[in-house]
Amino acid sequence: MSTSSEDVLLQVPSVRYKKGDGSLFLMDERLIWMVENRDTVAVSHPYADIKSQKISPEGKAKVQLQVVLHNSVSSTFHFTNKNGLQAQLADRDRVKDMLQTLLPKFKRKVDKELEEKNKLLSENPMLLQLYKDLVITEVVSSEEFWSQHAQQYTQKRKQQPQEIGVSGAFLADIKPQTDGCNGLKYNITPDIIECIFKTYPAVKKKYIENVPAKLSEAQFWTKFFQSHYFHRDRKYAENKDLFTECGKIDDQELKRDIQAGVKDPLVNLTEFEDKTLEEGYGGSIEKPPSNISTVSQAMIKRFNQHSIMVLKATKNKVNDNATDNAQSGSESSKITDEPVNKKQKILEKITYDDLEGEDVTKNGTVHLNLSKVERYLHGPMPDTAAEHINPNEASHIMRNVLQEVRQWQIRPHVPNHNLVPPSAATQALGDLSPGGALMRGFQEQSLAQLVPPHIEQEVRNLYLVLCELLGHFWKCFPPTAVTAEQKLVKMNEALQRFQTVKLKPFEDKLIRELTPLSQHLTKHLNQLLNAAYQKYNNWQKIKSR
Amino acid sequence: MRLSVDGLIVYFPYEYIYPEQYAYMCELKKALDAKGHCLLEMPSGTGKTTTLLSLIIAYMIEHPHDVRKLIYCSRTVPEIEKVMEELKKLLKYYEKLDGQYPSLVGLVLSSRKNMCIHPQVSTEREGKIVDGKCHSLTASYIRERHNIDDTTQVCQYYEGFSLDGKESNLPYGVYNLDDIKQYGRDRNWCPYFLSRFAIMHANIVVYSYHYLLDPKIADVVSKELARESVVIFDEAHNIDNVCIDSMSVKIHRRTIERATANIGTLEKHVSELRDEDSRKLQEEYQRLVEGLRDASVARDTDLILSNPVLPDEILQEAVPGNIRNAEHFICFLKRFVEYLKTRLRVQHVVQESPVGFLKDVQQKVCIERKPLRFCAERLASLLRTLEITDMTEFGPITLITHLATLVSTYTKGFTIIVEPFDDKTPTVSNPILHFSCLDSSIAIKPVYDRFQTVVITSGTLSPLDMYPKILNFHPVVMASFTMTLARPCLLPMIVSKGNDQVAISSKFETREDNAVIRNYGQLLVEVAANVPDGIVCFFTSYLYLESVVAAWYDQGVIDSLQRYKLLFIETQDSAETSFALMYYIKACESGRGAVLLSVARGKVSEGVDFDHHLGRAVLMFGIPYVYTQSRILKARLDYLRDQFQIRENDFLTFDAMRHAAQCVGRAIRGKTDYGIMIFADKRFSRADKRSKLPKWIQEHLSDNLCNLSTEEAVQIAKKWLRQMAQPFTREDQLGVSLLTLEQLEVMEQKKQQEMTADENTDL
Repeated sequence: MSTSSEDVLLQVPSVRYKKGDGSLFLMDERLIWMVENRDTVAVSHPYADIKSQKISPEGKAKVQLQVVLHNSVSSTFHFTNKNGLQAQLADRDRVKDMLQTLLPKFKRKVDKELEEKNKLLSENPMLLQLYKDLVITEVVSSEEFWSQHAQQYTQKRKQQPQEIGVSGAFLADIKPQTDGCNGLKYNITPDIIECIFKTYPAVKKKYIENVPAKLSEAQFWTKFFQSHYFHRDRKYAENKDLFTECGKIDDQELKRDIQAGVKDPLVNLTEFEDKTLEEGYGGSIEKPPSNISTVSQAMIKRFNQHSIMVLKATKNKVNDNATDNAQSGSESSKITDEPVNKKQKILEKITYDDLEGEDVTKNGTVHLNLSKVERYLHGPMPDTAAEHINPNEASHIMRNVLQEVRQWQIRPHVPNHNLVPPSAATQALGDLSPGGALMRGFQEQSLAQLVPPHIEQEVRNLYLVLCELLGHFWKCFPPTAVTAEQKLVKMNEALQRFQTVKLKPFEDKLIRELTPLSQHLTKHLNQLLNAAYQKYNNWQKIKSR
Repeated sequence: MRLSVDGLIVYFPYEYIYPEQYAYMCELKKALDAKGHCLLEMPSGTGKTTTLLSLIIAYMIEHPHDVRKLIYCSRTVPEIEKVMEELKKLLKYYEKLDGQYPSLVGLVLSSRKNMCIHPQVSTEREGKIVDGKCHSLTASYIRERHNIDDTTQVCQYYEGFSLDGKESNLPYGVYNLDDIKQYGRDRNWCPYFLSRFAIMHANIVVYSYHYLLDPKIADVVSKELARESVVIFDEAHNIDNVCIDSMSVKIHRRTIERATANIGTLEKHVSELRDEDSRKLQEEYQRLVEGLRDASVARDTDLILSNPVLPDEILQEAVPGNIRNAEHFICFLKRFVEYLKTRLRVQHVVQESPVGFLKDVQQKVCIERKPLRFCAERLASLLRTLEITDMTEFGPITLITHLATLVSTYTKGFTIIVEPFDDKTPTVSNPILHFSCLDSSIAIKPVYDRFQTVVITSGTLSPLDMYPKILNFHPVVMASFTMTLARPCLLPMIVSKGNDQVAISSKFETREDNAVIRNYGQLLVEVAANVPDGIVCFFTSYLYLESVVAAWYDQGVIDSLQRYKLLFIETQDSAETSFALMYYIKACESGRGAVLLSVARGKVSEGVDFDHHLGRAVLMFGIPYVYTQSRILKARLDYLRDQFQIRENDFLTFDAMRHAAQCVGRAIRGKTDYGIMIFADKRFSRADKRSKLPKWIQEHLSDNLCNLSTEEAVQIAKKWLRQMAQPFTREDQLGVSLLTLEQLEVMEQKKQQEMTADENTDL
């Protein structure tokens, strides 16, 4: 039957798989199924591959068991014991129980962290490239890479995913179904429950208070659907319902909010009128009866309340942070804030964008003011002595220049035999133009055309890696703490490693493949590196002193 | 830009100008030149306010003797604040171009509630209470008492103001509510009284309608404003109702009860004063003999006591002998209140004219017309003499004296209606005596007579010829401007039937019909599914809104609506509605989208703008006719027919259409904005309704948009929305709906040439 050294832990006959009858075997390390009267193993799943098992619900005609594998392939086994449903169920349960004890033992301890990192790398090609260039070439160690270079990516993952809002119609979506005998059946899902809890915190409170202790979950929801809290067209009665209180809590909260008033002067209807008259004069507002008299009025109020609470449910989280910050910052300046806000709102309303001139729109941009454009464009360059000219030299140069200029001025007056005659100039221009006499060997090609794409890609990657490393290198300056110094040394080493492992081989390859361009392509990279080295050496010198 | 309007250099604080703004300025200048009144309609969102201010201020600077003051009346506090900001911007622009700030003072005046800076009083929210508390700290006799007795509290700000506030003038500038409050705080002056005082000198005054139209307030506040003023009524489409309201009085049974209590208190005060110090009462008597003119030299702080309307001839006369004595007057009041009480004890509706009422008074309780006329002033004098601190308590009796004065002063244009119960609840006895003004021209007449130019303007004044009739004036200029548009940014549609071809209409016979309500619901759901962001719906009345919402809930319309957008509904409680509105805006701003169900003639329809994403579509469910069964309305319709030859139906349609236009106009606030306007009633497509819409809406309401089913309307809207979503740049507008100075000048030259050419051909 089966292969040599395996033990059969359980054998269940008459199990159907894909319309073929056979037996199911639970072995030491795997689950197999064999077709009736044959020796070949048709299905074999090592336990380590199985993610979970599922069974058909109670009361179904077919008694089935499904195993789902890690690669989300699943196999379904149908138990067809001839002794009837009970026997089938017993068979199934035996398998189920056995699997239940076996599976955890084989559950591969998947390194969660590794998986996450894998996922990160596959999601971010840039990061992957960096990883390849830095870690695989051992320019930096793996731990260092994850802790320092991939920080922004890992952090991003830690951020909360976007909060999912509550649908306005979630209560309406709970459609009651008649069950045929004067009853109603409501189907709710965990999503709906969550929506209800989010929107109506009072219900959640009730749930926490009551559910494990006094009521079962099903009972709780039954009561919920029976209560007029759910049926918005009913009025609150005085009877002691579980949810009457919820309604009252909500009402109180709404009332409190209303009393707090509306900040926006443009929608605050109570402040619109600018006259104060005794009641009785024409035009004075008759106070409407304050107690809610009709069902539809209560319903309208409930609709408003529902919409407001739905909005609140989604806003709460975001606002909390924002208002916390705002409050701590401007507790004292609240009074002065209000008119400013008001003014802002009013100004918004009265400005006509299309009538306004162009200049207004440009206010937002900030101009970069550079004192040394050179440095901005080329990055930090090694300090050269040439930048400092002593005053004597400077005045000397000045004098020379002035003299030159004077001579230039004299020239128009003397016959210009020194200048090239126009015809000769045209000739020279023609010769030097593409296709001219002197330009025979020249092929007009731009750098982009000269460099093959794979080299270009490689240069790109080199830049990417170098920039990343340099970024960390320069960040260490000025090294004030011991840790920063250590990091600096490490980064310097990494840079050197990079140069030997990545840059040098690349340059060699360039010399082999593209002789004329070899220097040109990596010149700037080397410049950048040299600038860093110089800085590092300077620092070392200062430190050793 | 600096442009020339018919020879007048106008500083316009923008780089570009809309063609209609220029046209508006031209017409306005004509009216100013002619020193006459005018009526101008320009669509909302085309910069009416800034246009008005630019031209009139330029005119004031150019002709300082012809126009000395600009009085800008607006309706709501936010509107007033907006005007102040526009004014600030304009004057800053003057400074930028000329290098110096123009020597003008712009000032806002509002009620004490909005201006008070007193630490305790300003915390009150109710305007009436603020007024009362302020009065109890600032009345003349309180301050006298304070001089003797230090424990009597006074307001430090008022004291500061009266000490040295009146000598100084405000520095040039524009003061909005916050500015004037700050100015007052810095100097320890009361901003309210400072403002009241300073409007006499200010060049530009901005306040609410009531300060000019309501005689109770105008008499105190605006009496001495210069004749050479330009008065602007902005958002004036409802001005006739404001006029009528300001002259009408309503007496409930509760008013009578409280008035009786007031009389009791007065009686007690008088007898106490008689015992302690009868000299004061004697002095008062003497004053009254000398005539009201002297009696009214009361301090400006005694505002609440002022008389509704006192024709000058009454002021010249002495108070009639039978009410000069305090006790006699109290008896007189008692008799009058008792009489009113009997009038309220009716089982059926009574309607009569003021003359009939006066006759009845004379027969029943022997009160003649003349002393009634002096009633309000006499009570004011008495309250002053008695040194009453809490004025708010005497509201009911003051109301009744006002009624007495009004009813005896005006015999024409008013009616008295006594209703024993509310029509909605015929079983509950709730008698009300309405003293109702029928003629809106009475309240506004003094304004027209006093000021040289009155400008009535709004986004929706069509049909224009109605206003001169009902306000009884002769405008020198009457014009309606349309909106020049580079793209069709408004889409008016008349939806007359649902998908099932059932005609939809809110007319009385069909409004409760389930098919109609369902079709309304379907229309809204379809629109909500296809239109982004905010949608606003207007119903004809609050009752109708309620019943429709209830029906929609049963039909499942609400559920399907909630699937697309959040639902907010206007309620009768304005605080609650404000709150719902705030969340409506939040919902629109968060991108979720929302539907607001609201009521035409309600507060939302009058004061809140739904610009840009806050209102991409407005639905008007039915024609917002006023409640036609109201007796007051019937009386007014009769009066209009008899006096002004306005047919009932014409007026009702006019009134309904101006409200409909007002509602749908809320969505368009500028040329970069866009919005759908759906008129969901079959009757809108009739010529008499359609032609009463403002020109700028009619223009876009072509015949193919006039008789649509729900599905057709949604299809058109979809296509149009796609078109509107395309980027819209200034270049698209320039030259068509937006002009540079050069383009404007070229346009003008062309016009000039054409004119001369025409003249030549004429010759």
